[in-house]
Amino acid sequence: MAGQKDIDSISGIETTGHEWDGIKELNNPLPRWWLWIFWACVVWSVGYWIAYPAWPLITGYSKGLLGYSSRADVAAEVAAAKQDQAVFRAKLETASLEQIRTQSDLLEFALAGGRSAFNVNCSQCHGSGAQGFTGYPNLNDDEWLWGGSLADIRKTITHGVRNDEDEDARTSDMPAFLRDEILTQPEVADVAEFVLKLSGQDHDPDRAGRGAVVFAEQCEPCHGQDGGGDPEVGAPALNNALWLYAGDRDTIIETVSYSRRGVMPAWGRILDEVTVKQLAVYVHSLGGGQ
Amino acid sequence: MNHQGPTPKPVGDIDRFDVKPVNKKGNRSLYKPRKRIHPKRIKGAFRNFKWLVMAVTLGIYYLTPWIRWDRGPGAPDQAVLIDFPARRFYFFFIEIWPQEIYFIAGLLILAGIGLFLVTSLFGRAWCGYSCPQTVWVDLFLVVERAIEGDRSARIRLDQAPMNASKAAKRIAKHAIWLLIAAGTGGAWIFYYADAPTLAIDLVTWKAPPVAYITVAVLTFTTYTLGALMREQVCTYMCPWPRIQGAMMDEESLTVTYRADRGEPRKPFRKGETWENRGDCIDCNACVVVCPMGIDIRDGQQFECITCSLCIDACDEVMNRIGRPRGLIDYDSLANAERRAQGRTGAIRFFRLRTLIYLAILALVGGVMLTALLTRSDTQINVLRDRNPLFTRLSDGSVRNGYTFKVLNKARAQRTFVISADGIDGITLGLVGSDNLNDNTPYVTVKPDRVQSFRLLVTVPGGSLSDESHDIRFILEDINTGKTATYDSIFRGPE
Repeated sequence: MAGQKDIDSISGIETTGHEWDGIKELNNPLPRWWLWIFWACVVWSVGYWIAYPAWPLITGYSKGLLGYSSRADVAAEVAAAKQDQAVFRAKLETASLEQIRTQSDLLEFALAGGRSAFNVNCSQCHGSGAQGFTGYPNLNDDEWLWGGSLADIRKTITHGVRNDEDEDARTSDMPAFLRDEILTQPEVADVAEFVLKLSGQDHDPDRAGRGAVVFAEQCEPCHGQDGGGDPEVGAPALNNALWLYAGDRDTIIETVSYSRRGVMPAWGRILDEVTVKQLAVYVHSLGGGQ
Repeated sequence: MNHQGPTPKPVGDIDRFDVKPVNKKGNRSLYKPRKRIHPKRIKGAFRNFKWLVMAVTLGIYYLTPWIRWDRGPGAPDQAVLIDFPARRFYFFFIEIWPQEIYFIAGLLILAGIGLFLVTSLFGRAWCGYSCPQTVWVDLFLVVERAIEGDRSARIRLDQAPMNASKAAKRIAKHAIWLLIAAGTGGAWIFYYADAPTLAIDLVTWKAPPVAYITVAVLTFTTYTLGALMREQVCTYMCPWPRIQGAMMDEESLTVTYRADRGEPRKPFRKGETWENRGDCIDCNACVVVCPMGIDIRDGQQFECITCSLCIDACDEVMNRIGRPRGLIDYDSLANAERRAQGRTGAIRFFRLRTLIYLAILALVGGVMLTALLTRSDTQINVLRDRNPLFTRLSDGSVRNGYTFKVLNKARAQRTFVISADGIDGITLGLVGSDNLNDNTPYVTVKPDRVQSFRLLVTVPGGSLSDESHDIRFILEDINTGKTATYDSIFRGPE
């Protein structure tokens, strides 16, 4: 520190005096233009502060003279994308669902828009893959409460199910057979046994035989003679492997005793017509469309 | 540590401190001013070779985009084209898709290992002959020499006061430099669009802004790095001088001053004998031609780009004084060692290092060549739905959904039929077709396109023994019968 220069004996260059395991750092000077670039960067940054948003203030930030905003960029991009979409949306507005399904460019646009609208509006209940949950139908499979044609799906989405806001909403009322004292507890158990038989599950033949009589009296008008269901009244098929609320004995008894009343909003009042069409085509494409 | 400092020494009545000012003016400079280098012109074998390399590399750079290559209607007819909007890279008969970016990766590996091999054999041959920085600096020097004269004239001009003649020379020089720089940037963009069309758009101000911006940026960098900064780029900015040390060994040939022959150096006068002295006459011809401003006689140093111009300079002097050429020559450290021990020098090209580099080159090159030759014009990618994993249908069967992507690399529309096997009773359906269970999904793919389809695969409930089954998709061109396959899995209930 007394100002003694430590000169490296091989290169003849002064060292910084720092040493690691016998290796010393040479104190080679930087080229002067390097310094200029440093100052140029400093000057540039000052210009940048003035031209672009830079400094946080107490409420907000310095806007910069150029008025640049990344939010405005996004808004412009969204507007441009909407403009591009407008062409297709105009076509979707006039095209029938069947035309959309069969024209590949319209189909592609409808499926993309439908998937997006589904994730925003429908996935909360039906799941992001439309796989459904207990009480919320799986839209991938081939059983439909209210019909699986394009027109049926569109109608269900537009008016919803059992809601007060739309008088055209899909509506049906299954009685709560036990609570409303239409059937006694043993009768309910018998008819549940018959439903197990209809869907090909293990059952008690005697009780199922008694249940068949009850079924013919109380259930057949909606669910059909062989339990095939009726989409006109939202009566599910009872003779297959799919269940909205599980197909075990206890759940069936519960359903018969207290009824089920799934609901869905009338999306026609929330979404525009083109989006509803896109949703209908998308749901129809998931695999169960008829 | 002595906290009281050095002991004062008495000088007369008052003690004198043994101290030096830490920030003495002479010690203060942390920044080194640049000293201009004025390399002198030299003729010789290496200079000629460098002219040749310059002509070839510049020729390739400027002319390549203008080569035409017929690919049929609807396809670009430019031999080398990087088409970003269409996501295609054309190289003569090869057309690379983004999905085949590994060809580019392989090419970069080949270039990297090739550089290692050349460096381990011939030192920094890349730096000395073919690096764009070297080639363009050479080109800019030609202009400077033509306008301002050779070394001594340039030094005189630098020192002369500004007058009309000096200003005219300076303006002419920088104007031509800028033109060359603009031409460099201008040529670059032709690799990214149809060259003739873009050239016309460029001069009629109809080209896209990015074209002008690219030209401007490359003009600026070429002018700054090539014309103004020159050797500063190699010495201070380029990482290669630091990396090269790891590629070279004592057998690598590099530009070397043969100290065993040259020393002791001494000026030579006619009539003197060559006894008891070296061949170096200390004429500094090697220093005066050096574009890096170094003295090769100091030994290997990282500033040296091995441009070999000092070899030409020294050989010319040796011719004139009648001594053997090659006092400065391509030589290795090992040879210098051998000569010092009185043995003869030898060149060893085949060493473990070079053999390993060669083996890697052969391996990567072979893999790439095989991939290129067996490249199919049809490719499929199949993505299985994750949500839902599977769907149970009313009759108890199980269905999986797949996104089926077909890459049609041919220049014609083609129709394929998709089939699958692996599970008994497997049926296929295509979303969008009239019958989801027709089991013969035909797909038509437009020329040179990727198209995506939704494929539904259904199997009877009883045929699944496990939650996961291997299945194989087969895509068959209905005209040629050529197939492409993709292995995937089918998920069922646990």
